[in-house]
This record gives sequence, structure tokens and C-alpha cells, in this order.
Amino acid sequence: MTNAAIAQETLETIKALDKYEAGFVTEIESEFAPKGLSEDIIRFISAKKNEPEWMLEARLTAFRHWLTMPEPQWAKVSFAAIDYQDAYYYAAPKSSPAPKSLDELDPKLLETYKKLGIPLREQEMLNGIAVDAVFDSVSVVTTFREKLHKAGVIFCSISEAVQEYPELIKKYMGSVVPYTDNKHACLNAAVFTDGTFVYIPEGVRCPMELSTYFRINEAKTGQFERTLIIAEKKSYVSYLEGCTAPKRDENQLHAAVVELVAMDDAEIKYSTVQNWYPGDENGKGGIYNFVTKRGICKGARSRISWTQVETGSAITWKYPSCVLLGDDSVGEFYSVALTNNYQQADTGTKMIHIGKNTRSRIISKGISAGKSNSTYRGLVRIAQKAENARNYTQCDSLLIGDLCGAHTVPYIENKNPTATLEHEATTSKISDKTLFYCRQRGIPEEEALTLIVNGFCKEVLQHLPMEFAVEAQKLVAISLEGSVG
Amino acid sequence: MLKIENLHVNAGGRAVLKGLSLEMKAGEVHAIMGPNGSGKSTLSYVLSGRDGYEVTDGKIEFMGQDLLAMEPEDRAALGLFLAFQYPVEIPGVSTTTFLKTALNSIRKKRGEKDIEPAAFLKLQKQKIQQLGMDPEMMKRGVNVGFSGGEKKRNEVLQMAMLEPKLAIMDETDSGLDIDALKVVSEGVNALRSPERSFLVITHYQRLLDYIKPDIVHVLANGKIQKTGGPELALLLEEKGYADFYDATEAA
Repeated sequence: MTNAAIAQETLETIKALDKYEAGFVTEIESEFAPKGLSEDIIRFISAKKNEPEWMLEARLTAFRHWLTMPEPQWAKVSFAAIDYQDAYYYAAPKSSPAPKSLDELDPKLLETYKKLGIPLREQEMLNGIAVDAVFDSVSVVTTFREKLHKAGVIFCSISEAVQEYPELIKKYMGSVVPYTDNKHACLNAAVFTDGTFVYIPEGVRCPMELSTYFRINEAKTGQFERTLIIAEKKSYVSYLEGCTAPKRDENQLHAAVVELVAMDDAEIKYSTVQNWYPGDENGKGGIYNFVTKRGICKGARSRISWTQVETGSAITWKYPSCVLLGDDSVGEFYSVALTNNYQQADTGTKMIHIGKNTRSRIISKGISAGKSNSTYRGLVRIAQKAENARNYTQCDSLLIGDLCGAHTVPYIENKNPTATLEHEATTSKISDKTLFYCRQRGIPEEEALTLIVNGFCKEVLQHLPMEFAVEAQKLVAISLEGSVG
Repeated sequence: MLKIENLHVNAGGRAVLKGLSLEMKAGEVHAIMGPNGSGKSTLSYVLSGRDGYEVTDGKIEFMGQDLLAMEPEDRAALGLFLAFQYPVEIPGVSTTTFLKTALNSIRKKRGEKDIEPAAFLKLQKQKIQQLGMDPEMMKRGVNVGFSGGEKKRNEVLQMAMLEPKLAIMDETDSGLDIDALKVVSEGVNALRSPERSFLVITHYQRLLDYIKPDIVHVLANGKIQKTGGPELALLLEEKGYADFYDATEAA
């Protein structure tokens, strides 16, 4: 079949599909802040969360700065200007705002998460993964807290942490991503509503996987979560986040901030499976996923590893980064970004080498189908004092059909002559010949495509925790549905 | 089991096959020999259902069914296998995964259950040993970093695992040194059975020293020009193709 024919059939097949399984709405009574964004709204949010004065002040300072900031312009994405006044900045289920256990949780919420494949109860029994479930603007439940507490691990919502651990919050929140960083992060600093706080004390290996499941439910509501993970000396934690939202014709804003801090010999593994509603086949609706994620390897020999599978969102704008401050510290970034229909993704990483003998590794796999565009944008910076720094970057792009685009924009800034920098990039197309080879062996075309794409992503997917790697493979298959004739 | 009648095929805007007829019975090994551009590869692709070949006349019956009406994967499920002249590479997909996916896809189409993972591994191990292949290769991406000989051997392994009714071998000897040719031929010969037929497409007689055909056809100018026994291949080697068709017609 010719490429034009494939493209034509792609469109037709996609039209016939209703593939976004997480696209339902939970009918639940919610409490909203009045629409729009102002100092009063911020006071409302802060009051709702019963925050101390210093937190409110920090929010207001960020908001005033936000008013003066321009929108970031450098990403290869295009969309109509966001009307910040036409959205709700706080929405929370009315029932049991702070359930102490699963038994007190609204059954509708329990049902919602079950439908999403996150059965809060079963999960607890079967997989041994602790979950913080964030629904619109609030964390509705956090599981396994007692068990984690015994190990000395703090795993709670960020709202609780502001109350319970103000010293840690004051010390670390904004220390990696200051409110002045960029407009989206600044907005988050002003209006963040919930998110997850993790603290792993010295010498502790977190006894289980931690995860947060983010769900946007209400219409015209933005989600602004904030996650902070601190790993003290010689500690280890693996954390995973998942995200979904209902299908809606409007675009909804998700502007999150994630900060990671790793001390001497500590290791943080942070994985994301992002499946926000991507919009329909004509590019209507979908989430604007404008996220600032950054980790600092503060201590010597510390290690931060980002793994992301980005299949959702109308627009993805995110660059999980590592500041390699400690000597011999290591930063890693493994990414799969899959775009279909009219999706746009501009994603990559920044590896900032400051300490001696710091190493970083970037493996990026971009897959574009339909009329989508996918850009890898990455910065490797070697500071003057970063003796013997090393970076290896590999960016591979795979095109399906001939109406999509893949772009690679690597920036390298090197101020130290002892650095070793390697960069490899490839762009390929799934050829008719390869598909035919699979079909000749009896494998139907869509299955063949999934097989080929999963093979292409394997290097990245194998860095996900086991159960999620399987989920991610399925997600890749679903996201590709209808992209061949 | 295979009956081709008066097949006319256009490819790339010109007539490549111009009235080809051929009949094969179960268990037979047929060789098709012909000069470059005679339509040998076109025949293998039309049989297996690759896009880009327009059948303008004629019909093909395989296992009692209208082959031309079927999708490539359905032809495979019915028992048609093509050993490619240039096998493709599929990075990141291990040969084991690929074979298991293929085998289970075919079983599914036949209404059978997936093969038990243990049974699959046992079968695969046995076939690998027979072909003298390194089990480590099964963990690597399909054909990625394989030598020419290893790729062809991998084709024979797939054939052995999928157990087709008809195996088409498209210039399997191309790019093989004599040792690799022997190994590949032994693998093929081990698969010969009264139920399985082979259509061996080749330019040179050399391959037929190792895979002994029952019947030899000379394909030239889009048609079978002559059919005979194994001695025909030797005659071709000696005299060349020119004696078997009117070269002026080819232009």
C-alpha cells in the first residue's frame, strides 16, 4: 500500500475508534472555588487547606511574579492563548474531605479508581504498591501509610505535609524549581492544590514502590499538583505516577511541579506513565500538560533516574532534568513519547553537570503517527569545574505514515575540556517491507505495528517497574490503534 | 495443493508475469530457474500477497482456496511461508518473541489456543539444535547484527517452527558461502515430508546440488518456458538461458 493510502486509511480507522478508555466522568458532588484567578482565589485555596501564614505569603509572592512573566515561547508547539480567568483552580469532592481509611472513602471514588485499573483495595493486597490518589484538587486517600511509617518513610499528600512537616517543606519546596523558573511553574507555586510528599530517612531503602495516581474529573478545572521527594544519605526510593482525565471538548490545563532531592549515595527512580486525554481525532480537546520536573543530585555518588512514557495530552511540554551537583553523581533520562492525530509533544531533558566525574545518560524514543508532531529538546551543560564529566545521548525517532513530524533539538554547552560527550540520533520509518515480513509470518498488521513499536521502545520500557512496563506496552498498543490501514 | 493458471501480473507499471501456469502436488519440490528480471521474485511476492503487484488476469488456488482473495496473514495461517531473499531486521524484538507471536497468531486464526510457553521453548530449543544455531541469537533483535548466513538460517528456523504446507524459497542461496549453503540446505532437507511442498527459486544450479528438486521449471519472459526433471537444471548450467526463450520478446 502506498503511504498516501496508509494515511487516508489511518484517518478513517481512527474515526471509527473510541479508544480512550479513561475518558469517563465520575458523577460526584464537588466544591469549587469561584471561577478565575486572583489573589482572593489564592486566599480561598490557602484557607481551604488551612495553611499557615507563611505558605499563603509564598503563594501570593509567586502570583505577583507570575503576572509579570511572559509565556515560554521556544517549544515547537502551537495553541491558542490560554484564558486563565476561564477556569477553576480548586475543585474537590464534597464527601469526606479527609478520610482516615479506605472504609471512609466515598464508594464512587473507590469505583472510579477501580475502573481506571487502580483498585485501591486490591492493589493494597496484591501488588504491595502504596498509592496516593489525587482527584482534581485534593488527595482523597493515601494507602500503606502505617507500614511505611514503621520504616520511617513519610508518604502523604503535600497539603498534609505543609501542616505536619513545615520545616521540611520550608527548607525544600521551591529549592529545586524556584517560582521564578518559568511561567507554568510560577503559576503552580501560586495555586498548587495537592500532590505527594515523600521523605526517606538516612540509610532506608523504601520497602515498597510508591505511586500517585492523578485524575482530573471536573470540567474547566486545572490540576496543579506539586510533588516533593527527599532521599537522605544512602536511601533508595522508586516512585511512579499515572494520570488520566475525562474526554472533553475543551482544553484543560495541567501545570505540575516535581522536585527531587538526593543526598550522598541516595537513589531516586521516578517513573511516569502519562495518559491524559489526548483530544479527539480532529484535535479538539485534550490536556495541556505543562510540567516542570527537576531533581538535584546534591550529595556525592547520588543518582536520579527519570523514566517517562508519554502517550496522552494534546500538548506535552516537559523536560525532567537533573542538576548533578555532587561529585560522582549520575543522572538518567529514559523517555518514550508517542503522538497520534493532532497531538504535539515537546519533551526532553536537561543534564547540568557541576560536580566532578558526574555522568548522565539520555535515551529518548519519539514515535509520531497521524498528523502529530514530536520534538526532542535536550540540554547537556558541563560547568567549568565539572572535571571528567560524561554524557551519552541517544535520540531515535520513528515515523508512521507521512503526515507526521519528528524533530530533534539537542543543545550542548561545554566549559570543561575534559568532558566526554556522545550524541547519536536516528530517524526511521516503519517500512512496508517490515510490516509485510511480519504479516507473512501470520501476524496481523496492527499487532505487527505494536510489536515493532514496542521493540523500538524496549530500551526505555525495561527501566519501568515490571507491572508498569506491561501496562505501558498495552498503552502504546492502544495509542497506536488505527494508525495503519 | 497449489495451482496457478494463466497468471498475469503488472509491477512498477510494466507486465512482469505474462500467463504463468504451474501446478504442484503435496510433498513435491519444484525449482524455478530463470535469468534476472524474468519475474522470479514477483512470483514469490504475488503468492505471499505483498502490496504493489497488480494481478490483471489468471487465478491461484492454494489448499482449495482462492489465494488472491486473502490477506498475507491469512495465507500464512493457511500454510504458506516465504523465506525472504533479504530478511528484514526488527530492532528490540527478540527472535523468540517474534516467533512466539507469529506462531500464536497463526494458531489463533486456525481456532487453536496459544501454545504453552514451556512447550514453545522446548520446540524452539530442538529446532535451534537441529540447525546448529547459537541460542543466544534468539535473545537478539530479529536479524539485527546477523551475518548473511545467520539471516538465512533464521528464515529456515522460522519455517521449521511454523511448519508450512508450502515453503517458497526466494534466492535462498544468494549471499551464502558454500558452508552456509550446506547448513541451510540440510535444514531444508530435514523439513521435507510427504505433506510439505517447496518452491525453490534460484538463479544458479548450485543450490539444487543440495536441495534436490523433483521438477525444474525455466521461467523467462514472464512464462514457464520449459519443464523437466533435475537434468534440466544441469542443462541450463551448461548452455545458459538463451536457448530456452526468444530473447527479442523480452524487450
